[in-house]
Amino acid sequence: MTAALSVDSLWKIFGTRADKIIGTPDAELSRADLKAKTNCVVGVKDVSFEVAPGEVFVVMGLSGSGKSTLVRLLTRLIEPTSGTVSLNGMDITSASASQLRDVRRKQVSMVFQHFGLLPHRQVIDNVAYGLEVRGVSKKERRAKASEIVELVGLQGYEKSYPDQLSGGMQQRVGLARALAGDPEMLLFDEPFSALDPLIRRDMQNEVIRLHRELGKTMVFITHDLAEALKLGDRIMILRDGEIVQIGTPDEVVAQPADDYVKDFVSEVPKAHVLTLKWVMREPRPGESMDGPALPVSTIVRHAARAAIASEAPIRVMDGDTMVGVVDEEDIMRVVVAEEEQ
Amino acid sequence: MSETSAGSGIAARGLVESERLTNPAPKKPVEPGAPPPGVEDAGISRWIPALGILLVWIAVWSFTKGNNTLALPGREHTDLHQSLTDFNNRLLAGRETNPVMQFTNGISDILRTVFDWLQRLFVRPNLPRPVPEIGWLGIVAVATWVGYAIASWRIALLVLVSFLSFGVFGYWEDSLDLLIVTGMAVGISLLVGLPLAVLAGTSVRANKAITVVLDFMQTMPTFVYLVPVVLFFGIGVGGAVVSTLIYAVPPLVRIGGFGIREVSTTTIEATDSAGQTYWQRLFKVQLPMARKTIIVGLNQTTLAALSMATIAAYINGPGLGKPVINALVANDFGKSFVPGVLIVVMAVMLDRTTTAASERSEKVARGGGGNLRVRRIALAATGVIALVAVFLSRRDLSLAEFPTYTIGSKVADAADSTMSGFIDLVGGLAESVKNGISYGFLNPMQSLLAESPWWLAGLGIVALAVVFGGVRALLTTVVCLAGIWFLDLWHDAMLTLTMVLVGTVLVMVLALVFGVWMARNRWVDIGIRPLLDAGQTIPPFVYLIPVLALFGFSRFTAIVAGVVYAAPAAIKLVADGVKAVSPTTIEAGRSTGQTTWQEITKVQLPMAKGSLVLATNQGLLYVLSMVVIGGLVGAQALGYDVALGISRSEEWGKGAAGGLTIVLLGVMLDRITRAAAEVRRDDGPTTRRAFNVRLPIGPPR
Repeated sequence: MTAALSVDSLWKIFGTRADKIIGTPDAELSRADLKAKTNCVVGVKDVSFEVAPGEVFVVMGLSGSGKSTLVRLLTRLIEPTSGTVSLNGMDITSASASQLRDVRRKQVSMVFQHFGLLPHRQVIDNVAYGLEVRGVSKKERRAKASEIVELVGLQGYEKSYPDQLSGGMQQRVGLARALAGDPEMLLFDEPFSALDPLIRRDMQNEVIRLHRELGKTMVFITHDLAEALKLGDRIMILRDGEIVQIGTPDEVVAQPADDYVKDFVSEVPKAHVLTLKWVMREPRPGESMDGPALPVSTIVRHAARAAIASEAPIRVMDGDTMVGVVDEEDIMRVVVAEEEQ
Repeated sequence: MSETSAGSGIAARGLVESERLTNPAPKKPVEPGAPPPGVEDAGISRWIPALGILLVWIAVWSFTKGNNTLALPGREHTDLHQSLTDFNNRLLAGRETNPVMQFTNGISDILRTVFDWLQRLFVRPNLPRPVPEIGWLGIVAVATWVGYAIASWRIALLVLVSFLSFGVFGYWEDSLDLLIVTGMAVGISLLVGLPLAVLAGTSVRANKAITVVLDFMQTMPTFVYLVPVVLFFGIGVGGAVVSTLIYAVPPLVRIGGFGIREVSTTTIEATDSAGQTYWQRLFKVQLPMARKTIIVGLNQTTLAALSMATIAAYINGPGLGKPVINALVANDFGKSFVPGVLIVVMAVMLDRTTTAASERSEKVARGGGGNLRVRRIALAATGVIALVAVFLSRRDLSLAEFPTYTIGSKVADAADSTMSGFIDLVGGLAESVKNGISYGFLNPMQSLLAESPWWLAGLGIVALAVVFGGVRALLTTVVCLAGIWFLDLWHDAMLTLTMVLVGTVLVMVLALVFGVWMARNRWVDIGIRPLLDAGQTIPPFVYLIPVLALFGFSRFTAIVAGVVYAAPAAIKLVADGVKAVSPTTIEAGRSTGQTTWQEITKVQLPMAKGSLVLATNQGLLYVLSMVVIGGLVGAQALGYDVALGISRSEEWGKGAAGGLTIVLLGVMLDRITRAAAEVRRDDGPTTRRAFNVRLPIGPPR
């Protein structure tokens, strides 16, 4: 199966004559040194990854890590300095202006941190904007837009103007606008960072629901690790424009690639993220093998009750084969280690 | 800055100032771990070397004064002036063959044809009809209806009263002529200005180029435009519309471009990511989102057009400016008072109407504006009434020609007697103020500048320019002074410069006193600001009327009119600058126990330095443009040279030289103050930014 999105050694260097830097030893300099030497700033440095159809791929990093630049390179809102981006096998980096417009109209939509709504248009016409620029007739696009408005839970607000809505509702409009064109892929650029925590949680659940219902491929940018762990099938961690680690949430927490990531994940409630895979062990000789069986992908927290209730250790199963065991003590170790921090 | 929505057309100023004052460009902080930045030399105060230069200047002046002042009295002119006049004559003689002249004269002819047609429609008898096609009743009715249609019934009432006052006070035809000239200029401004605004708003490079040109155009005092315009477009309607047009376009381009540029980048990005084309972006996103700002630009353009159309009376442009000029030259206060007031009425009417129209369009776009059906019916009904009025005015002679009333001359007489009573009352005081400033300040300064040998004055100015503006100002100053010297009007230039400097000092005194007061006391602000806003809508010409009555024909009249004209903009700049000082900083200062005086002088004024420099810059340019117009009322010097050159073809050369000299003076003063804003590190980036978004504090008119 072709990847929904495939990025190959993508570079973005801001500054004049930036394209001359790639391939020279200068490209290996740190960001600060390069700035001092050439006055160019590295935004994205030699990034490659693939996203499978239907996957939620989270890009995480602190501000200045290049994650917002990266997501803009994917549809060339910012022109890459070098490297390729392919969508369903089509090379975006060499697409003509009209091909690119077509991709933006039909294949990929984006949701922005500060919403980017049109203040002079009602909600319904904001949602329909993508269809409008494609040349869909007014009646048709309004019908489609009101479906989507309902899907994101904004029915009744069709005739409102953006500034009459709360931040969370405005972002629902942004979400609806992105969905209206029925794209294959959604890009989210820190969509919930400007919202307060409770609304943010609601919106995250909304995204999870939509993903379950619509099954779109999503690339999600965030600086919030909890958000990344909650939403992501896989997480890519960026630092100074470079990939530090790509992995599933439990891999990132259990096996941080370096001290930078370790520092990041140190505050994460591990029992909520780690699966039995990371705490199981070989059965000791003489241990009872009649404890309950749980799949290897069970989250530690969810296994706790079963482990306490059972005298015998839990059998960890990968399909039909037993790959290890976990007892009450193993689980307590994860939970208690957290309490002590 | 909450004034943006306060309604008046001055919103543009609030708008751009808020942008300037609330988002100062952040300084690049030192990265953690890097060595601390090098110590920057704060330097000694610029005033100490300046004082030193002044002392040396006075010392040399004391034994060289009166030598080599290059004075050129009265009607004398030099070979250079004569050759310019010859150039003018040659061009005029070759107007049938010279393609440039054919082109400009062709434009002039077209403008005159359109104007004549409109005049026959509204103002003059369309022979063989004894009256215009549409009589006064029809015009009043249609204008009122338009006011209702684009704004509200309140505006309609304002329009009605304004139009009736034009007729009742006896200036119906002049008023309509002025409106026609203004309207034509605004119409053409839209055609030319909107595409330029889009260009300036969407292309960084085009914006830079356009800004340079606009900056230059706005440094040029209005009066000076008239000299070349007369040459190429002749006097009368053609020249009047062209000069008005040139003057009216910049605000639209600048403010409109600003509005388009300020459309949120996130919105552009978001809609781009939906796959829109360039034109979709322009028409569906940028223009709608910038609409309010563009209409504010249109408002400024309209007011600029009105004020220039008034001044164009000097080149025989039709309209209310004519009776004002005639009365000014005769120093007849009463006769100039009535048309002067009508100009103000017209300015207020246009300002309010365009502002209200912009607010209404915003409301309608937002789905407000009341019940659409009811409004349509009301519009149709009132429209029918207006059409009936037009029909009646075509049939009935008494409804076609505005009846004559004597109230206009009665008001003029009353104004005259009130003024003379007022002068009896305060004349002594006014005289002593005049004498005090003249003997204590103006004369010594004039003596130093104009009685120094030219090389001494030139050296002094260059030295001061370097002290205040640094090396950046050096080149411009030298070039400008060389140009002034070359144009053979050195002495007149020094006289005008004296008036400008004295006027600007007075403006800054007012600006500091009232600006700080307004910033520190909300009630003072609420009380004074509307007056200042109103002051900025009044065409500069009108200021001359009362000041002339009070001080008679003299340079002092020109200076005072300049001060009155420049003060509103300067006061508002200082007030807004001081008000923008962060409350946290003030609180922190108070917690150390500072006195009010310390708070003003050590915290508020230093932190508002950018605004102070900008206010000085604007003050200089405003006063310069007014002092030049003052040439009409006895201010002598360059303004007189220009006025004479426009009115007498054998003096055109000297007038043109005078005009160029004024431009050079303006550019020099502008560049020195701009450089002064940049020369010192402690001014921070805000000052520079202030200049980059200039204008919207109101065009120097």
